[in-house]
Amino acid sequence: MGRSLNIKAKSVPGPDEDTITISVMAARRALSRVNLSPSSIGAIFVGSESHPYAVKPTATIVAEAIGAAPHLTAADLEFACKAGTAGLQSALGLTEAPDENIPVKCALAIGADTAQGAPGNALEYSASAGGAAFLVGRENVIGEIDHTLSYTTDTPDFWRREGMKYPSHAERFTGKPAYFKHVMECAKRLMENTQTSPSDYDHVIFHQPNGKFPLAVAKRLGFNKEQVQTGLMTPIIGNTYSASMMIGLAAVFDIARPGDNILAVSYGSGAGSDAFKITVTDVIESYEKGRAPLVRDIVNEGSFIDYSTYLKFREKIKMEGE
Amino acid sequence: MGKLLRDVAIMGIGQTRFGEMWDLSFRILGIQAGMKAIKDANIESKLIDSLYIGNMSSGLFMDQEHISSMIIEEVGLTGAHVPATRVEAADASGALALRQAIFEIASGQSNVIVVGGAEKMTDVTSDVASDFIMAGADKAWEGLFGASLPSLFALMARKHMHDFGTTREQIASVAVKNHANGARNPFAQFQKEIDLDTVLNAPKIAEPLGVFDCFPVSDGAAALILADIDTAKEYCGEPIRITGSGQGSDTLSITNRSEITMFDSTIKASKQAYDMAGVSPSDIDVAEVHDSYTIAEIIAIEDLGFFPKGEGGRAVFEGETSLEGSIPVNTSGGLKARGHPFGATGIAQINEIVLQLRNKASGRQVKDARIGLAQNMGGTGGTSIVHILEVD
Repeated sequence: MGRSLNIKAKSVPGPDEDTITISVMAARRALSRVNLSPSSIGAIFVGSESHPYAVKPTATIVAEAIGAAPHLTAADLEFACKAGTAGLQSALGLTEAPDENIPVKCALAIGADTAQGAPGNALEYSASAGGAAFLVGRENVIGEIDHTLSYTTDTPDFWRREGMKYPSHAERFTGKPAYFKHVMECAKRLMENTQTSPSDYDHVIFHQPNGKFPLAVAKRLGFNKEQVQTGLMTPIIGNTYSASMMIGLAAVFDIARPGDNILAVSYGSGAGSDAFKITVTDVIESYEKGRAPLVRDIVNEGSFIDYSTYLKFREKIKMEGE
Repeated sequence: MGKLLRDVAIMGIGQTRFGEMWDLSFRILGIQAGMKAIKDANIESKLIDSLYIGNMSSGLFMDQEHISSMIIEEVGLTGAHVPATRVEAADASGALALRQAIFEIASGQSNVIVVGGAEKMTDVTSDVASDFIMAGADKAWEGLFGASLPSLFALMARKHMHDFGTTREQIASVAVKNHANGARNPFAQFQKEIDLDTVLNAPKIAEPLGVFDCFPVSDGAAALILADIDTAKEYCGEPIRITGSGQGSDTLSITNRSEITMFDSTIKASKQAYDMAGVSPSDIDVAEVHDSYTIAEIIAIEDLGFFPKGEGGRAVFEGETSLEGSIPVNTSGGLKARGHPFGATGIAQINEIVLQLRNKASGRQVKDARIGLAQNMGGTGGTSIVHILEVD
């Protein structure tokens, strides 16, 4: 299974971790690297398919926890694995709008998940946990979002209905007509609109449901392995769903140099893709990334647990008194 | 038994590509195949007296029965209230539909009949599909004890290897040959050649059979236009006669058979078909056989009399059934590479033989093919049907 999916390990949330705590941690780390008062954040979007509450936002808790409340707007988003990048687009829209309409100078877009997979299902092998936070604003940016666009259809490849504990998926249907069609169409159209080609990019990040799909899509579009490598995290952390492409993007920013061109494409089942063309600016040189651990440092800090501990952490087995 | 009361011929053929046709519904697949066949036959639809459709499990796969009426409505023949009949014998449903249509024409009740076969199998998950597929064998006496269809064929493979010294490589060479043929068939599900190592090293499904020894789950439809020979000659420049038709049955469960290295139903059906056509196995120029699993093709070519018992594996391995061999088998790619939408397979086999006899099989044409044979089987051989076709 590991070889066929190209996944060697996956991250597991601790018993006291959920999408909220992961989001708060990611947001705090993002803020720690910049000189910005949390109260200047005008919007927070948290994209996830594992919000702890069905009714009650994750984003409000994050806002309070990081000291951004009360003068801001906040919302939770859901679009399978691309809810985080939907938040990124929303944040971009708000911060790009004229001040007199919506006075949001800085917004926080978070993608975080503690993904579910039923014991015995193939998803159990890949579904992991993680989060990434991006501060979006107009000043001192380390990456300029030059262009973004989306590709969306109604494609039932993966779903979880209200009350269902685990999601269902349509096996091979999740590939060609779902992931590959949306990611490729979205990426192609973005390159057409920006008159760029694969060779113009230093780094490319695709959504990573497993370690194989992003490599296959890169090959079909004409990217080489070196361009994909830095942002390919799923082989060592599993599929972090809403955070998948965003963690890959964070890993690229960890090593990016001024002038680097980045293509990032997310995918969410149901289905849609968001593509972003990003240019790294000179600000990256003075960006104090050392104030928070880098993506690969976080991964290297991890320790392995056995399956019974995993079952306990993920509440698959009922303990006494539960 | 004996001759038909009047001669029957195929006027036109049509089929969809087989495979994971996620964008095409059962209705659309059926219409596409049917309309192609009508166009190929060069007839107006008002000539159609009757319709037969072979389908195994629309109720299980699509939650829809009574598809005969559905198809008649979709092809626009409800105005004349043309009779439509669904026929079922697991994955031999297609050939059985054809056999019923032959009798209806031979009896004089109809002159022109559309015979179709269709199955939509990819709208369910693979574990559900495996369960439904097992419905072609004995669910109570095999399935409930954990047997799956591939595991039953794996038993046959083991016994064949034990009794006749058939090797794993010989069995695997069936898949290599059929993929090579499928690569030349634009309607095939898999149009890609594979080598022996790929088959041998593939994940095991039921040892000794691996994933490349098994048919894929497919969607697809195939259709043909059948007529009495006089009508066929009036409209069609190159009618292909059906000169032999045979059918045999066997126990539903293989546990009740004295021998599992042969299909008695196929032996019975082929004898009947050879007798009716007045030909022998050595007269056959090209054959489509039911290779649901690689071992099934080896057993079939022995049962049909192409090779002595126990020689099938060697014959395939040494290329005797390849396109250039003495008796080319499964030139379409077979169930393995062309795909296996259960109800459609029997008709697709016949269509391949028609193409060969018309000398229109382009990249996979068998030279000077004049007599062809098709063997279609249900489940593990509970039903077998054999047809013999000849150039008029």
